[in-house]
Amino acid sequence: MQNNFYIWNDFPVNKQISFQSPATPIMEGIINVHHEVMMYLIFIFVFVSCFLISIIFFFNNTRNPISCIRLHAPLLEILWTFIPFMILTAILIPSFALLYAIDEIYLPFLTLKVIGRQWYWTYEYSQIPLMSSLKSNNSFKSLETSPYFNSGTISYDSYMVAEEDLSSEQIRLLSVDYPVLLPIEQHIRILVTSTDVLHSWAIPSFGIKVDAIPGRLNQIFTYIKRSGNFYGQCSELCGVNHAFMPIEVRADNLDIFYMQLYLQDPTSFFSSQLVNELNISKI
Amino acid sequence: MKCPIKNFKNFIKRWFFSTNHKDIGSIYCILGGAGGFIGTALSIIIRLELSQPTSVVLNGNEQLYNTIVTLHGLIMIFFMVMPILFGALGNWFIPLQLGVPDMAYPRLNNLSVWLSIPALYLLIYSGFLEAGLGTGWTLYPPLSSIEAHSGPSVDCAIFSLHLAGASSLAASINYVVTITSSRTGNWAFEVLPLFCTSILITAFMLILSLPVLAAGITQLLLDRHVSTTFFDASGGGDALLFQHLFWFFGHPEVYILILPGFGVISHVLSSETKHEVFGLPAMATAIITIGVLGCLVWGHHMYSVGLEVDTRAYFMIATSIIAIPTGVKIFSWLATIFGGSVKFNSPILFALGFIFFFTFGGLSGIMLSSASIDLALHDTYYVVGHFHYVLSMGAVFAIFSGFYYWFPLISGVQYPEWMGKVHFFVTFIGVNLTFMPMHFLGLSGMPRRVSNYPASFSYWNSVASYGSYLSGLGLLFFYYMIYYTITRGKPRLNTSLKEKKQINGEEVPGLIS
Repeated sequence: MQNNFYIWNDFPVNKQISFQSPATPIMEGIINVHHEVMMYLIFIFVFVSCFLISIIFFFNNTRNPISCIRLHAPLLEILWTFIPFMILTAILIPSFALLYAIDEIYLPFLTLKVIGRQWYWTYEYSQIPLMSSLKSNNSFKSLETSPYFNSGTISYDSYMVAEEDLSSEQIRLLSVDYPVLLPIEQHIRILVTSTDVLHSWAIPSFGIKVDAIPGRLNQIFTYIKRSGNFYGQCSELCGVNHAFMPIEVRADNLDIFYMQLYLQDPTSFFSSQLVNELNISKI
Repeated sequence: MKCPIKNFKNFIKRWFFSTNHKDIGSIYCILGGAGGFIGTALSIIIRLELSQPTSVVLNGNEQLYNTIVTLHGLIMIFFMVMPILFGALGNWFIPLQLGVPDMAYPRLNNLSVWLSIPALYLLIYSGFLEAGLGTGWTLYPPLSSIEAHSGPSVDCAIFSLHLAGASSLAASINYVVTITSSRTGNWAFEVLPLFCTSILITAFMLILSLPVLAAGITQLLLDRHVSTTFFDASGGGDALLFQHLFWFFGHPEVYILILPGFGVISHVLSSETKHEVFGLPAMATAIITIGVLGCLVWGHHMYSVGLEVDTRAYFMIATSIIAIPTGVKIFSWLATIFGGSVKFNSPILFALGFIFFFTFGGLSGIMLSSASIDLALHDTYYVVGHFHYVLSMGAVFAIFSGFYYWFPLISGVQYPEWMGKVHFFVTFIGVNLTFMPMHFLGLSGMPRRVSNYPASFSYWNSVASYGSYLSGLGLLFFYYMIYYTITRGKPRLNTSLKEKKQINGEEVPGLIS
């Protein structure tokens, strides 16, 4: 499964005790804030534990046969209300910054529609900007003047690869037959919905987790920093095959992204446009 | 053995028509013990199934796995922790601590205990109906709607929750009336025993939140059978509405589970360290604050559903702030032991374990309260580890602590001390082995409620499974200990109370704790 010639660090490994390696700024932020909060938490936990252990050591009935205690200590009580409050503030500030940073809206290069179904995902690409329009179009600046690219729609279903069909480089319960194709170093908008029950589109290395709710569209932005195969699983109980609808994302640079999208559906309107643009007859 | 009809009649009269708060408390305790046994058995099946990446015992039947997970959750919450902490200990000790002869409404009390037993029956029965209740304890539609769960099992579970809810409501009203009106003298929080305060606040929270659950699941029932579309987008409804209604109940519910435990721990600590609890007004205020704040933070269960960012920010602040009263309680408990004279017998061992693990669970809760970090942790095993630290080591350790503390008083027989200690250490190791690796699994991204998982998660899952077998053995030992104590335990006169009526080494008459 883990072959020696390729670094597959975007799925969990055995005995892992922390996050998977991040591929987006969001996940980097989550890991940083997690570690920052962890520092305070370890401090508090060590403090409480040491206190508890020393109390056990000093105030047992052999060392201290007669109990003797103050039942009120106003200053102490104010302190142990106020100091946790300060620590909490220190924890909340980076959390807040990250929360609002995650929700930042950019002009998306590409919109991916994700539709959760029992028990597979449907991915839909429409308005895919071609290279020529990317170079020439000056209106690619704000959401209001976002250009409309008539590229047709590419839509396909993505099922888990069954255990008996796995090839040597595929991962059980994580690999799918047709992965999501995404370009790296581009702002991507992901719209998530569902047609039947609740699902949740989650990829740990992207820091993405969006519930797919019938009748609602959830939007999230992402920006993938490096290429690779990224894996995630459905994260909301959706019935019998909840464990068997994984998510696989293949992120590559723009050229390979176009090529893979072409190969996904060579007969689509997008593919014909791509062929026209590249001025090649057939790949 | 003679079994004359007269005794049988007496038996029926005493246990089925009882209006005595002690008998009713005992029935609750037996119900909770049975619920705990079933719930633990289900959890062992879950851990057996998860001990390897592929199906181990359930033969690949995912619906059965989901049903077991659902029943484990619901039974542990409604038929183990609530009957024991709120029903049994509350019924036994609220009248005793208040110094009143019985609960305010003894017959309502009988109704509430006998409503909860058919509720348990219906819930277990729902697991056997057709495909079973594979919805998770949250019963989210559309998975629990008629399209996805067409059998009668969801209806059965809804009726069960209605019964359990009616039972808890009746009990809550009873407690509130008992504590506020039956008490001789005034009932300012400074003089009310902490267990009474905690039960009072718990009862208020139940009265506030249970009707909301009842409304939500009734709407679900109507959606299923009368073609209403409260939660169906195709008819103009919204599946998110149910989540709001459910968690408006569900979050107070977790505080309902732990608050009586707070009260129990305060009593055990003050008694075993031989002085009063430190900072009683602050402790009572903390309980009230937690109760109030606990009703305002339900949105932190829904960070990933697409709430607006300001809403998430609000829920994040409100959730984090609960850490402050909780911290006050932890520090006050530490200060209670500080300067005390502690004899390390079973109740205090469990109480110390409670403080230790409740702190741990609270800290992972601070991590989860952050709406941004929660994106990575929501619906993963990190959450499972977190709430088991708070409940399976917090609430359950409080139950054991209170049980060992009050069992000699209830039964009149003394358990062998070494048995309690063995039980403590086995449970201590077992639960930690079980739930600590779940944090690692969650951080590396393993989702909840999956029966099969990629091979990468196998190591920590197998560790967790071994831990759960160990804590299962610990529980069996605990039941054996009860059997042994009841059949062969040494009779104990109530000198224990006299011993404990001491403050600063001097005997204080009239102190009940």
